[in-house]
Amino acid sequence: MALLSVKDAAFAYDGLVVLSGVTFDVNPGDYLCIVGENGSGKSTLMKGLLRLVKPVRGSIRLGEGLSQDEIGYLPQQNLTQRDFPASVKEVVESGIRGKQLFLSHADRQRAQDMMDLLEISPFKHRSFMELSGGQRQRVLLARALCATGKLLLLDEPTAGLDPVVARDLYKLIEKINQEQGIAIIMISHDVHTAALYASTILHLRQTPLFYGKPDEYLNTYHGQCFAGGVCDV
Amino acid sequence: MFDWLHEMFSYTFISRALLVGMIVSLAAALLGVSLVLKRYSMIGDGLSHVGFGALAIAMVLGAAPLAFTIPVVVIAALILLRLSETSKIKGDAAIGMIATAALAIGVTVLSLAKGVNADISSYLFGSILVMSRDDVTLSLALGGAVLILFVLFYRRIFTVTFDEAFARATGLKAGLYNTLIATLTAVTIVLGMRLMGAMLISSLIIFPALTAMRLCKSFLRVTLTAAIVSLVSFFIGMSISYLLSTPAGASVVLVNALFFLAFSLIAKLRTRVQ
Repeated sequence: MALLSVKDAAFAYDGLVVLSGVTFDVNPGDYLCIVGENGSGKSTLMKGLLRLVKPVRGSIRLGEGLSQDEIGYLPQQNLTQRDFPASVKEVVESGIRGKQLFLSHADRQRAQDMMDLLEISPFKHRSFMELSGGQRQRVLLARALCATGKLLLLDEPTAGLDPVVARDLYKLIEKINQEQGIAIIMISHDVHTAALYASTILHLRQTPLFYGKPDEYLNTYHGQCFAGGVCDV
Repeated sequence: MFDWLHEMFSYTFISRALLVGMIVSLAAALLGVSLVLKRYSMIGDGLSHVGFGALAIAMVLGAAPLAFTIPVVVIAALILLRLSETSKIKGDAAIGMIATAALAIGVTVLSLAKGVNADISSYLFGSILVMSRDDVTLSLALGGAVLILFVLFYRRIFTVTFDEAFARATGLKAGLYNTLIATLTAVTIVLGMRLMGAMLISSLIIFPALTAMRLCKSFLRVTLTAAIVSLVSFFIGMSISYLLSTPAGASVVLVNALFFLAFSLIAKLRTRVQ
């Protein structure tokens, strides 16, 4: 049984189908990268996986004892709140889910472990908004890891970061995937990097154009085209 | 030297106003942090106008003021929240529309009603003479409930305020917490409205949060500082009002404004030193 199993899922807004025929499995330890142009249905699929929109056809099932609130999520950068007062520690700890109203000692320790893992402990008392873009993403990644031990959903994690910082973030994500065995589903524009780190690629344009291994993907028409080759779409 | 303090507390109506005012200031400051950060500050302002309209109608109908006004304003809060989340009309425009319409209804109703000894100015700018014993009891009960709910749900309120997309994704019912905040805000506004005035009550929501944000960088510190600033401002404002016979609501707002200026100045100096 897979962690996450999507079968022939379709999504629509106001009756208009924007994505259809999506089928894939994510097993423990997998690293799936979803690529595609703007408006290809990537974000819709992400919302579907998070149960924020319902598929109009097909199914999305969780397995391996994974429950919906155990999925860690890194939303797309959304910086409308530049003056939001929040310390790094507060942001990371807000990822801890559970019925209890206050944090236990074990919860705080878990948050601390995640901050150590992502090397953000040295500035845990600083204001989140005063950090650089790369530091901020690591804080949000730590928050997502507080919510899950099994599956991370990352929406354009390196958008707006300079190449060096982006590479460091990819390395961290790889480390989390390999050392913690946490499955990754990542939306990305960056096909080269996706091919470098992911174990599987899913290319969408309203419907899947490719689903398979990265090296095969780069040999396909769509792979070459999207990776910057010459093509007429 | 502090004889005036003793004297001030010897008036029952002032003690009542202080008691109700303190609990309203505290609740407004706590809720205000979340409202200001979610860009919902104007909801507080809109609700106070709706409260004015409802209060005027209650007055004319001879209904119990709080019992009539609270449900009306809670419903208005839920509508405003829905409007700012989903509507095709922009949230701020929707609030402006509802607020001015409610204000117009209130003024019209009060002027049409005959035999009602209604002083519009005391509704708009507050009066400390209006608290009955029952009002005080109800205010303390509801104000206490607001504080308890805020403390119990503090962690989730932070999560939802900071990042609604993440909160929803991890299974938190963000809509439920938005509704909770809107409802608590509505109750707080009605409780404080007659004391502070419909035109001035939203300052209790907006000022303390913004003042605290000048100097504090963590959510917990902002929340605690806002609460303290709000309580201190209210007490100083009421004392000034008593000593100088200035209007109570306006005095409290002016003290709040002075705190804001002082905190802004300290923040400026601090960045210059660094």
